[in-house]
Amino acid sequence: MDIHEYQAKEVLARFGVAVPDGALAYSPEQAAYRARELGGERWVVKAQVHAGGRGKAGGVKVCDSDSEIHAASEAMFGMRLVTHQTGPQGKGVYRVYVEGAVPIAREIYLGLVLDRSSQRVMIVASAEGGMEIEEISARKPDSIVRAVVEPAVGLRDFQCRQIAFKLGIEAGMVQQMVRTLQGCYRAFTELDATMVEVNPLVLTEDHRVIALDAKMTLDDNALFRHPQISELRDKSQEDPRESRASDRGLNYVGLDGNIGCIVNGAGLAMATMDTIKLAGGEPANFLDIGGGATPERVAKAFRLVLSDKNVQAILVNIFAGINRCDWVAEGVVQAMRDIEIDLPVIVRLAGTNVEEGQKILAKSGLPIIRAKTLNEAANRAVEAWRNDASHDVTMRAAL
Amino acid sequence: MSILIDETTRVLVQGITGKMARFHTRDMINYGTNVVSGVVPGKGGETVDGLPVFDTVEEAVRETGAEASLVFVPPPFAADSIMEAADARIRYCVCITDGIPAQDMIRVKRYMWRYPKERRMVLTGPNCAGTISPGKALLGIMPGHIYLKGPVGLVTRSGTLGYEAASQLKERGIGVSTSVGIGGDPINGSSFKDILERFQSDDDTHVIGLIGEIGGPQEAEAAEYIRDHVTKPVVAYVAGLTAPKGRTMGHAGAIISAFGESASEKVEILSAAGVSVAEHPAEMGATFARVMEVA
Repeated sequence: MDIHEYQAKEVLARFGVAVPDGALAYSPEQAAYRARELGGERWVVKAQVHAGGRGKAGGVKVCDSDSEIHAASEAMFGMRLVTHQTGPQGKGVYRVYVEGAVPIAREIYLGLVLDRSSQRVMIVASAEGGMEIEEISARKPDSIVRAVVEPAVGLRDFQCRQIAFKLGIEAGMVQQMVRTLQGCYRAFTELDATMVEVNPLVLTEDHRVIALDAKMTLDDNALFRHPQISELRDKSQEDPRESRASDRGLNYVGLDGNIGCIVNGAGLAMATMDTIKLAGGEPANFLDIGGGATPERVAKAFRLVLSDKNVQAILVNIFAGINRCDWVAEGVVQAMRDIEIDLPVIVRLAGTNVEEGQKILAKSGLPIIRAKTLNEAANRAVEAWRNDASHDVTMRAAL
Repeated sequence: MSILIDETTRVLVQGITGKMARFHTRDMINYGTNVVSGVVPGKGGETVDGLPVFDTVEEAVRETGAEASLVFVPPPFAADSIMEAADARIRYCVCITDGIPAQDMIRVKRYMWRYPKERRMVLTGPNCAGTISPGKALLGIMPGHIYLKGPVGLVTRSGTLGYEAASQLKERGIGVSTSVGIGGDPINGSSFKDILERFQSDDDTHVIGLIGEIGGPQEAEAAEYIRDHVTKPVVAYVAGLTAPKGRTMGHAGAIISAFGESASEKVEILSAAGVSVAEHPAEMGATFARVMEVA
């Protein structure tokens, strides 16, 4: 789960990381009012969306007056900010954050990630702050400083000092750097983050170390033990289909094609999408219904896939281990009876209780196209979609 | 020989009283697995399917000589259960549980390293389908009947895609020595490379199959290891050709977040290491058949 910049800053501040004074606003009037409350002569208005690259996309504006703040935030509210991380549909701006401007002397990149090679938390820093980490890796790979944290003892101060000295931070500010790194690490571990990024972390002209931007991703699997963090979820930043899916315990990713997929297991779901593509079709979605799929859950999956109006055929591919084909078949039958599905439905079942499952499908009398293999299922789905697209529905009668 | 488990392996099931655990314990026994006991704290003294249930793994090991463990414990408690198994001198642990917090797994791995290598527990998973040595034993949730006994050592991240591979092999009459699911989580007990090492030195394995997916560095690490150390032919498939960048595809670990983590890049890296890569998921079986004809 991603959270907004202002939320990440509040979190990091609680762990001792210095952040600029700032306030949240839901309207241009409020933004201008907040700036007056903050005081000072120069402010930064920042669109709150779950994506990086806001600056280039017009989501960050430096302002010197009330009227500038009003104008800048008026332009932001309601817009869909398109950055290199949002996709072409962009993300809606419904909140802006107003901060007092900071006199910047140097910008540093700081990131904490789950490093999958060492299987530990890794700190990544670079003296080339302000650029995206991908850009730094490509253009200034030698500037990157890394440290892996031994989980038994946590991040040690000496590691923080090492990072600070390698970044060329003057001795007088090293202690502040240690405090910042330790704060980020404690926030990361205590709140079960999978990523904390402060870019840039700035050294100011008056010798302070301040997190000027902050991004934080929390481990969905650990939200059960952080109820306060779960409340920071902002559904306006999610694909509505995906929000609905996650509320129903389903794993869904919307795509642009028209063959809906209902599959168990993430790997098989990806392979099913790949097979559809190789058969000449385009998958409409990734959907893993997971282990232990009950008939109710299968029915929910159908409703979800059908909520995408581009879907013209549905392919169900279940290889049951922890699932049971008879349950899945019952779910398919129940869904097709409850929801009026006038699209071709192709079902491929294999694995545990496959015979029982096939019997349930056959006995239902519903126009289900059954397939034995992955390839056959994908071919028949593409074929059915092509026929359906040309309004030839005789295919559906084929049992 | 097979790797990790055979018909003599004494197995205990952690969390045996759950609905899924009961179903699959019965399935494992029917397959011929030597299941000897279960563990559920507070339910010591009960029985499941005639098997004694103990409060602690230590007790189950002492009383029933269990040497391998299957973990069905819910996510908030699963990491603790794996550590309990490691502490009780379980030799091999398979964790089925999906949804364990990543930082719990970091602690699990650190905890396991406190033991010297000779007595360090081997963990596969979490979020996997388990391990099967066809005709000998099944430690997991896979449908046993889709595996024939034979010369192919399979290692897969996705459970169901592993089933797909096994059933494509069966269609061609090709069998499996051992199939190991390493799971879809970003922090897992064993990597592709760890399992490849075992297959390379296993006399019953003549061909190795690696079923990967997008995300993470383990396919690339495996490719390097194959190039330098594996003398047996290796076949691979990588799922996720159509997966968009930066999106988590079901498995917590299936996300393209760095260079070399997309399906096409992994295919390229594996091919360069001399691996025969099936480009089409429906052609995994055919690729094995072709490689084995030549071998």
